[in-house]
Amino acid sequence: MSLTFEAIDAWWWPYLFILVAGWLATDAWRWLGVYLGGRISDASDVLVLVRTVATALVAAVIGNLIIFPSGALAATSLSLRLGASALGFVAYLALGRRVIVGIVAAEAALAIGMLAGL
Amino acid sequence: MPEPAADLVRTIARHRLWFLRGVSGAFSLPGLILASAFVGFAGLAKEAGLTLAQSVFMTGAVWALPAHVVLVGAILSGNSLAAAAFAVSLSSVRLMPMVVALVPEMRGPATRRITLYALSHFVAVTSWVLAMEHLRRVPLDMRTSYYAGLGGTLMVGNMAVVAATFLIAESLPPPVSAALFLLTPIYFLTSLWGSARERAGHVAMVLGLVLGPLFHVWLPGFDLLAAGLLGGVAAFLFHRLAKRGGAA
Repeated sequence: MSLTFEAIDAWWWPYLFILVAGWLATDAWRWLGVYLGGRISDASDVLVLVRTVATALVAAVIGNLIIFPSGALAATSLSLRLGASALGFVAYLALGRRVIVGIVAAEAALAIGMLAGL
Repeated sequence: MPEPAADLVRTIARHRLWFLRGVSGAFSLPGLILASAFVGFAGLAKEAGLTLAQSVFMTGAVWALPAHVVLVGAILSGNSLAAAAFAVSLSSVRLMPMVVALVPEMRGPATRRITLYALSHFVAVTSWVLAMEHLRRVPLDMRTSYYAGLGGTLMVGNMAVVAATFLIAESLPPPVSAALFLLTPIYFLTSLWGSARERAGHVAMVLGLVLGPLFHVWLPGFDLLAAGLLGGVAAFLFHRLAKRGGAA
């Protein structure tokens, strides 16, 4: 048996799911941060591991969103999505590392690609 | 000596002034980029089958975009409550050192601990960056008021952004909708790279990007956990080896 988001057909279940898997799972760390307030060094190895696991986890979601997208993006070709993402990332790196530059470049590439019927 | 009542009125007026300055601090380029990322998140949440009320609730309850994306990703992959909570928790450990760094900046001599616990909920990348930048120019006893204005505005404002996106998402033409779904990945592709403090962060990112889709096929239901743990630990080992290599 698996308690997924759709497992229980009651109005309150999704909210409970969000509270436990979302709110508690994030705010517990914030509270621990207040409790520890100023007692941990930012460069300690444990925190490096914390950061790499969190980064890999979010990157895994990003990879899934590009390779296996949902909604209207699923109608575009994989090569267009990869191309637009790569272009946005390269523009970000090349033009002063601004997030907004990467977003605009990737979206422009996607728009042009869709217009061209790629 | 001034009357206590007049003193109180003046203190309240100061708190309101600094609160409002915090509110106006939210209207900034980082704030705008964050709003565009929440537009993307709203599209994602809708696609995952969440209702408007659930999505707005999630925005306020979680208030950390990586955790949002992981949570919706876990829902999309059909993960169980335990697996989803574990994955979100792993993605949110990083909030702890952020709060640890922010607390000394925010605490005045008379700041109550309960105030700090309450305000810590607003800590997420954007409000944290803005706060670390601006708090030093705020009088010590006004910093909690300032941060309440800043963090509260960002949170409530983006709850409104999510609701508004939900309402218009239906009527968007497919190409616009497709562009909306690309917002979240590109936002994180760039901001994650920029926020990495050490090279290992970049290694972790590349590993996660590749391992996520692979485990999505091999190990559905545990794809995020497997990719995060494997990629993260491998990047950490790289960090240790690089450090030893640098020292030798």
